[in-house]
Amino acid sequence: MARFVIRRLLQSAVVLLGVTLVVFLLLQLVPGDPVRVALGTRFDPQTYEALRARAGLDQPLVVQYFDYLRRALTGDLGVSFRSGRPVTSIVLERLPATLSLAVTAVLFALLIAVPLGILSAVRSGSFIDHAARVFSQFGVSVPDFWMGIMGILLFAGVLGWLPPSGYVALTEDPARWASHVALPAATVGLVTAAILTRFIRSSMLEVLAEDYVRTAEAKGLRTRTVVRRHVLRNALIPVVTVVAVQLASLLGGVIVIEVLFAWPGIGRLTYDAVQARDYPVLQGAVLLVAALFLLMNLLVDILYARLDPRITVE
Amino acid sequence: MSDSPVLDVEGLAVTIGTRRGPARAVAGVDWSVQAGQTLALVGESGSGKSMSVLAATGLAPRTARVTGRVRLLGTDLTEVSPERRRRLRGRHVGFVFQDPMTSLNPVLTVGRQVSEAGEEHLGLTRRAARARAVELLDLVGIPSAAQRVDAYPHQFSGGMRQRVVIAMALACEPDLLIADEPTTALDVTTQAQIVELVADLQHRLGTAVVWITHDLGVVAGIADTVAVMYAGRIVEQGPVDAVFAHPAHPYTVALLAARPDPAARGADLVTIPGAPPSPWELPTGCAFFPRCPVRGDARCEHELPPLVPVSGRHQVRTFYPQATDGEDR
Repeated sequence: MARFVIRRLLQSAVVLLGVTLVVFLLLQLVPGDPVRVALGTRFDPQTYEALRARAGLDQPLVVQYFDYLRRALTGDLGVSFRSGRPVTSIVLERLPATLSLAVTAVLFALLIAVPLGILSAVRSGSFIDHAARVFSQFGVSVPDFWMGIMGILLFAGVLGWLPPSGYVALTEDPARWASHVALPAATVGLVTAAILTRFIRSSMLEVLAEDYVRTAEAKGLRTRTVVRRHVLRNALIPVVTVVAVQLASLLGGVIVIEVLFAWPGIGRLTYDAVQARDYPVLQGAVLLVAALFLLMNLLVDILYARLDPRITVE
Repeated sequence: MSDSPVLDVEGLAVTIGTRRGPARAVAGVDWSVQAGQTLALVGESGSGKSMSVLAATGLAPRTARVTGRVRLLGTDLTEVSPERRRRLRGRHVGFVFQDPMTSLNPVLTVGRQVSEAGEEHLGLTRRAARARAVELLDLVGIPSAAQRVDAYPHQFSGGMRQRVVIAMALACEPDLLIADEPTTALDVTTQAQIVELVADLQHRLGTAVVWITHDLGVVAGIADTVAVMYAGRIVEQGPVDAVFAHPAHPYTVALLAARPDPAARGADLVTIPGAPPSPWELPTGCAFFPRCPVRGDARCEHELPPLVPVSGRHQVRTFYPQATDGEDR
């Protein structure tokens, strides 16, 4: 187990190295001069040259890249062109907002999708199955920003129950955090719930047709026991992967939703960094997202080995 | 209870709703099995042998419509609630299915799977059920059962898994064991071991067995009575000796002739030309007519022959019973 984790972490390091290279090269292809954009109307040739030199942009690309890598290894991801603050702290500051939104959204999604997916499969063809299928069709086809806007109009505008946008840290005031996270989390969560409901339904249907489910029925077990002990445990194994991928992509920040709800997370940070040609910040944000993805994948593999006795991590 | 049958099936018919319309899987069969006896249901794939047993015990697919009477220990299963039927299943009837590679749940230990029927029907505690599982695994010949009880199915070979399935089926000491081609997926030596194991357990526990198979060798070895099915109907049934020695239905004659003969090594295998009729359009007459070597007259094509006695309890569904000397088993 320990050996497996170490090997996977080493592999992840190699992947991250590749990510830095790709991001670095892609940014060179983006039109627009970041220093010029950062200076804006304060532009004059001397300041411009000085800033370029300070950011190392006057060096050859190879030197720039290895410089970046060398510092990244010590946790220094450079300095924002815009604010002059260290990228590492800018990115980490945004993590709690994104983390709390992503986790809330996934929990919300699971709360809907697990019972709905199960019922839909067990009572396949019934009213609840049709309703669930309409719901998931709706959820995957309606754009999230539109759902977000409708949510704001209804719950913040007409009903006035929730604030339309903004963020309060969970550690600062849990109640106000909850009222602020509700709308964006529900918006993101509904889309995720739609995807998961479909997936759980089809996974359940597949397992329901397995021979060992007939064996369990032949033993005269209650339907509830058959579903819980024999179907669910097997059907949820592949669901773990989908949940993890969803969570990882939400942790990368849901750009549209974070912009819409003025949620100061990674997605919003990425958006602002692109707008401002703030390359160090953009690079830092992408690197963090890549690292989170790799971490989630590792967690999924470990979880798989715990859920399915046929899989061992060695 | 020696004379009243454990399971008695009368006029059982199963129609399965499919996209192509209703399929007649079982077109009315009667059979019964006594305590300690073995009934073999024989037939080709799709002849309705498995479906008649699954339907009789409430395990038919949801789209199936089942009619007829099925009495298990005197209780008509077609008249009781599904809940009652569930409680009889597992308690009084145990099942062994064809493929032990797929009929065990991969994520539960074998001990858990053997013990759950006892917990459900006998009210055993988890601990007592586990102790019982060790006993059962030992009974079916799993070496060092006390350790193996915590192993998962993938850690067992095919033959050992089938032993586990048998242990599961016997967990509540059922009155009836239904074995649905339990040796088909196993290699030949393992097949023999499983057949022997079931015969031995049956002898010790006095269980009635319905053995579904297309292996006539197994039938000759273990069955007391045999029912040959074709296209959802029984075409011939009776004591194994009588049916094997004097097969009267042209289909049975052909089946017995199609057994590979070790003495004729190298020669072509004997086959029955043609294929069984489709369950969506069963013929009005004898279902075997299109493939029949006898083809007596026009009645065969248009009129369903009744099941008539040949001698004693030996019955056959044909207008032209064959007078065969057959062979001794």
